Amino acid sequence: MSYIPNTDDDRRIMLEKIGVKNIEELQKPIPSAIQMKSPLDLPAPLSEMELLREMEEISLKNKTELAIFAGGGVYDHFIPSALGTILSRPEFVTAYTPYQAEVAQGTLQVIYEFQTNICRLTGMDAANASMYDGASAAAEAVHLALAHTRRTKILISDTVSPLYRDVIKTYLSGLNIEIVVIPHNHGVTDLEQVRSAIDDNTAALLMAQPNFFGLIEDIEPAADLIHKSGGLSIEAVDPIAAALLKTPAICGADIVVGEGQPLGIPLNFGGPLLGFFAVKKELIRLMPGRLAARTIDEEGKPGFVLTLQTREQHIRREKATSNICTNQALCATTATVYLALLGKEGLKKVALLCLDKTHRAAEKIASLPGFSAYFPGDFVRETVIRTPIPASQLIETMIDRYGILAGIDLGRFYPGMEHGLLVAATEKRTDAEIAAFARAMQEAASEATLSPAKR
Amino acid sequence: MNKQILIHEKSRAGRIGTPMPEPSRSEQELLNFIPRKYRRDVDAPMPEVTEGEVMRHYIGLSVKNHHIDKGFYPLGSCTMKYNPKLNDRAASLPGFAEQHPLAPCRTAAGSLQIMYELEGYLKEISGFDAVSLQPVAGAQGEFVGLLIIRAYHKDKGNPRRKILIPDSAHGTNPASVSLAGYKTVQIKSNDNGIISPEAVAAAIDNETAALMLTNPNTLGLFESNIVEVARIVHDAGALLYMDGANLNAQLGIVQPGKIGFDILHFNLHKTFSTPHGGGGPGAGAVGVVKRLEPYLPAPVLSKKTDEDNRLFLDYDRPKSIGRVHSFYGNFANSIRAYAYIRTLGAKGLREVSENAILNANYLKELLKEHFEMPYDSICQHEFVLSCTRQKKQGAKALDIAKRLLDFGFHAPTVYFPLIVPEAFMIEPTETESRETLEAFAETLIAISAEVESDAEKLHHAPFTTPVRRLDEVKAARELDIRYK
Repeated sequence: MSYIPNTDDDRRIMLEKIGVKNIEELQKPIPSAIQMKSPLDLPAPLSEMELLREMEEISLKNKTELAIFAGGGVYDHFIPSALGTILSRPEFVTAYTPYQAEVAQGTLQVIYEFQTNICRLTGMDAANASMYDGASAAAEAVHLALAHTRRTKILISDTVSPLYRDVIKTYLSGLNIEIVVIPHNHGVTDLEQVRSAIDDNTAALLMAQPNFFGLIEDIEPAADLIHKSGGLSIEAVDPIAAALLKTPAICGADIVVGEGQPLGIPLNFGGPLLGFFAVKKELIRLMPGRLAARTIDEEGKPGFVLTLQTREQHIRREKATSNICTNQALCATTATVYLALLGKEGLKKVALLCLDKTHRAAEKIASLPGFSAYFPGDFVRETVIRTPIPASQLIETMIDRYGILAGIDLGRFYPGMEHGLLVAATEKRTDAEIAAFARAMQEAASEATLSPAKR
Repeated sequence: MNKQILIHEKSRAGRIGTPMPEPSRSEQELLNFIPRKYRRDVDAPMPEVTEGEVMRHYIGLSVKNHHIDKGFYPLGSCTMKYNPKLNDRAASLPGFAEQHPLAPCRTAAGSLQIMYELEGYLKEISGFDAVSLQPVAGAQGEFVGLLIIRAYHKDKGNPRRKILIPDSAHGTNPASVSLAGYKTVQIKSNDNGIISPEAVAAAIDNETAALMLTNPNTLGLFESNIVEVARIVHDAGALLYMDGANLNAQLGIVQPGKIGFDILHFNLHKTFSTPHGGGGPGAGAVGVVKRLEPYLPAPVLSKKTDEDNRLFLDYDRPKSIGRVHSFYGNFANSIRAYAYIRTLGAKGLREVSENAILNANYLKELLKEHFEMPYDSICQHEFVLSCTRQKKQGAKALDIAKRLLDFGFHAPTVYFPLIVPEAFMIEPTETESRETLEAFAETLIAISAEVESDAEKLHHAPFTTPVRRLDEVKAARELDIRYK
């Protein structure tokens, strides 16, 4: 199987027209000393049927069919059937970046609608066509703030996803930038620490709403603080929780970023994801990434094009606002169709269901002997449970014995939080699953406490 | 502008798409979990439409797109080859699609196996010693490569300041250089369109961290001085980076890791057939030689050395440049690339490159009498022609590109590389038939004749597309980028 239509006859005719004797002659520009002398060492090719059978077997080595109570930025949400039908259209799947707008109106209008949805969700003035993931979007937001303010220091709350913080650190590693991590107080950003860390060289403050622990942050006074010193407020948001929470625009955000995976994109072991990026009007020309705009054609009919391309790498090269070229367009398409299918009511309902079920799970578990709420604050989306045995140990037992992915061990990311379990319940978790989850947690913990030697 | 074209314009209060169950508590009860001052005042105004309306709307939009399943798509350096459907089917197997990335490693044995084996295949194909699948796009791969270069030099005492880049390079190269905190020094291509050892020798010094080369370059030419260039670069203590955008010309023919390159980024969405999705997601794996392995982004996929040889994600990488993605890259595209390589095998992959080169040279031959060919030698997988002759007759490369759309062809990459005026960069790929190439050439020649007879007409092309030529100036000036 090769997907190559050329027959031997075709090749003969083509070589003749080119004026060479054989295919090897076309490799003349490659010095023969560096040409491979033996074939690549790869497994023998398989037919479609054989390969699919083999790959299905490999896929079954994954432990799937776990009831997922883990979140941490990506969540196990229900995906509407119609979404699959639209997303399998080759017109969306196999098109390139819309460089010839006249034959890419489908893609361009979807981007415009995506931008509209992100603006409506966040209250911001402009959103781009997508970034790689929430983490790189956050890193690009920091870049924008550094470029806009021409300052060299940024503040990041340590309640921002540790994955985002890692990526930001990597993205800034070639530049001379001071990163100050603001500690938390009972799970929320310590505003006193923010106040004392801000100086006239601080480009931005990055906080998350809700934060990595699922807790609601008091963004507005923090945004006020950073604005007073001339820096920018960057807010990382969850698109589902955003349906219930006060918009970042009202909270004073200058840049909003987030992970769009919850909007209809499968978990896929963490990729592809969908970064979204929105700004206030004043910052549009410093935005990274592609931007679709509505315009008219020669006959005055409405249509869409890519615009403000002079910000981008293919025009501005080393002076571009970002190096991004390929983005996550198909994931942005997914999110756009997802939001259309759910609509105003549906999106709010999903957010309420997550709130309901996560609280239900938390109520049940926190009342078990040895378990409690880790932090006192108000939470949406997910929450941290204090566990009587290390969370990592609990997670392992829960997988093997009960077929439940209990959550995320926070000891992985926050030294000292080994007894912190980050739990999220989406609309997909049934009451029966939540009840079974609580029962299993109690059993697993008490067994481990009774017979520690077995571990 | 009265027609309702946006999904938001089609919205009517009260219409429902996908129904969701009722929560167990009332809305008010639930909202009470959120203190009043943190709550939204009004619901986010998402479209209110039925499922049927959603289908008609987006299917209606989809058919306005050109795509590879519909027709020829000769965008240079983009490798718009056919995307096999089996790869998509493999990527959507529930065992892969429903895996949470933060679940313990041992629950993801199948996914890790795919990643491990794909890394192995990419090592073999490229001749490098280690591969990371974490970068999710070509530009992110470049950025990772440059941070590795920085980390390597820093380890040796001086991160250095400059990166050399030929004038034919993709714009992402210099943009990534800036992001990594380096300064771009541009090198001129020689009269044959490639880099001469002399130019490199003249530009390089002990503050040069690396030379970034696209090979074959964006003119579709193999950098045939590569061995000498690599020697000069390494003698200066610098590293040699390869932009692998054009790797489709080299499968089974040349292993970049064996001819002097130290780092390479792959574009799995070009060479290994993963679909482009209207602009992404891609996948930009990075390969390195042994001495650069410690710097790869963490986590790195490793094998336990105990008896069960279990795969695990190794975060204990003290020299790593760090993470560039939340998780392990665009895993679904890794599955697709894996399936593609397993389908073709060694012989099939070599045939890919041989036929990509054959198709490009054949198409070039069909067109060379009718267009300027600034670099008319044997090309690799793509070639660049110039529409200067036509421009003198009154129609620019852009006009010709737009006219091509009327005949069901996508236009080639235009006005790039920058060193060729009125450039058409044409990459046919191996999955196109001789008939398609001939039909495209005939059309382009006919358009060229049209330029001679009625250049003015072309200024208004295209005529048969879903919309006519769009006003980009108005778009930028009035900036309508969301529905209000």
